Amino acid sequence: MELLINLTINGLSTGMLIFLLASGLTLIFGLMHVLNFAHGGLFAWGAYAGVWFYSITSSFTVALIGAIIVGALLGFITERLIIRPVYGDVVPQILITLGFMLVISEMLKVVWGPNQIAATVPPALSGSWEIGDVLIIKYRLFIILMGFLVFGIFYYILKRTKIGLIVRAGVINNEMVQALGINIKRVFLLVFMTGAALAALGGALMAPYSGVIYAEMGMDFAILAFIVVVIGGMGSFPGSLFAAILVGLAGSYMAYYVPDLSLAVNMIIMVLVLIFRPQGLFAVKG
Amino acid sequence: MTILLEINDIHTYIEQYHILQGVSFQAKKGEVSVLLGRNGAGKTTTLRTIMGLNPASKGEIIFNGVDITKKPTYEIANMKIGYVPEDQAIFNGLTVEENLRVAMRKEDEAAMERQEYVLNLFPDLKKFWKKDGGYLSGGQKQMLAMARAFVNEAELLLIDEPSKGLAPIIVEKVMEALVEMKKETTIVLVEQNFYMASQIGDTYTLIDDGKTIQSGLMSELIHDNELQHRYLGIG
Repeated sequence: MELLINLTINGLSTGMLIFLLASGLTLIFGLMHVLNFAHGGLFAWGAYAGVWFYSITSSFTVALIGAIIVGALLGFITERLIIRPVYGDVVPQILITLGFMLVISEMLKVVWGPNQIAATVPPALSGSWEIGDVLIIKYRLFIILMGFLVFGIFYYILKRTKIGLIVRAGVINNEMVQALGINIKRVFLLVFMTGAALAALGGALMAPYSGVIYAEMGMDFAILAFIVVVIGGMGSFPGSLFAAILVGLAGSYMAYYVPDLSLAVNMIIMVLVLIFRPQGLFAVKG
Repeated sequence: MTILLEINDIHTYIEQYHILQGVSFQAKKGEVSVLLGRNGAGKTTTLRTIMGLNPASKGEIIFNGVDITKKPTYEIANMKIGYVPEDQAIFNGLTVEENLRVAMRKEDEAAMERQEYVLNLFPDLKKFWKKDGGYLSGGQKQMLAMARAFVNEAELLLIDEPSKGLAPIIVEKVMEALVEMKKETTIVLVEQNFYMASQIGDTYTLIDDGKTIQSGLMSELIHDNELQHRYLGIG
């Protein structure tokens, strides 16, 4: 039983990190119809920024806030310079965002060097609790709580505020939103910056979790995030949470029980979803 | 009567296709101007061009004395121009309430009074207030689309085929609503249903192959059987 609980906590914490990356990705795709392959690079920048801010301030709160700000600024630059000229053109979008992903990953090496950098768990969040035979690692629980907190905040914004309503309407039909007098390009920019900030937050949380950071780390997680977006339904925020947890748990259980399948399981889930429910589990009603 | 909207020789391309090849007409304040023509004549593209959704490559669109030809769609909408597209473009995943709220520029007391007034025009919507737009019937979706365009004060409404695909009894309701809306605003209406168009239209513009063929008073067209036959396939 304790094994199952530990695997579940591992799976949930991994799932929450994927969720932070995928939630921005799904909103960006749903609203702007942009496949942003550079999203993983923003995740890696968040990890580096978080580690850097932590190294100079020793405050994990400052590290997280700093990473969010860096992510949002990078999101601003990416949307304005890279994405905006290719709205509506899928092939150029893929090429330019993939290229930009490589550029910003290499930029990390320019700024912080080519070697891996160690990341430590802040003292307040290090260690574990023992409840019976179950060992609960504090930092993993923290990641799970952060994931649910972010989901709660954004769910509230999307459901209860005017800007959230505009974003949801834009995901359904952004042309009509413009015809109602709303400057959709501003909404695009806001959503892109928010998605980038969430990715950066995910990266900053990931750094102490994995213990080391490296420039290419974003690509590994970006692939999982894309799988989550497809499983959850493009444009669906709750869908990305559900699918991220599913992917996290499946990876965690399989890594223990059927290690040979641990990498393939997420692909298998995605293929099954594409066969039986191609619009995703939580498809946005058009 | 003051001219509110003036369309001068607009040309519009959609991808490589030259859809509008010289459409011109005027809409006078307080009137219903009806765009008539066969399927594919360019009526819908004309409305979309006015809204900036398919911008004109040539010609000019003057609204209230301001050239809006090159303005972005949201700026055009904010000049108090409401738009009801042919497919209604209801936000299916949002409730009826949210569909109206997303359109409302303000949410103060005056805006709520306005919303109440609009809901009185379309009382069916009240019954489905908390239901998703996707749950509504075709007629109810049409009413919601019209209510959404009218929930802010509109100086001009562009309405594309409001009777399309609706049962006759629903068409009657839509017509009644249009008559009420006409008392308060100017309407440019695209309509295939000539009976409906002739009942509420003050003027008409015939469009064929992307060009204006003729404009005039609706009362004249009603008696011009040859024109009706040639361009509308009636009789």
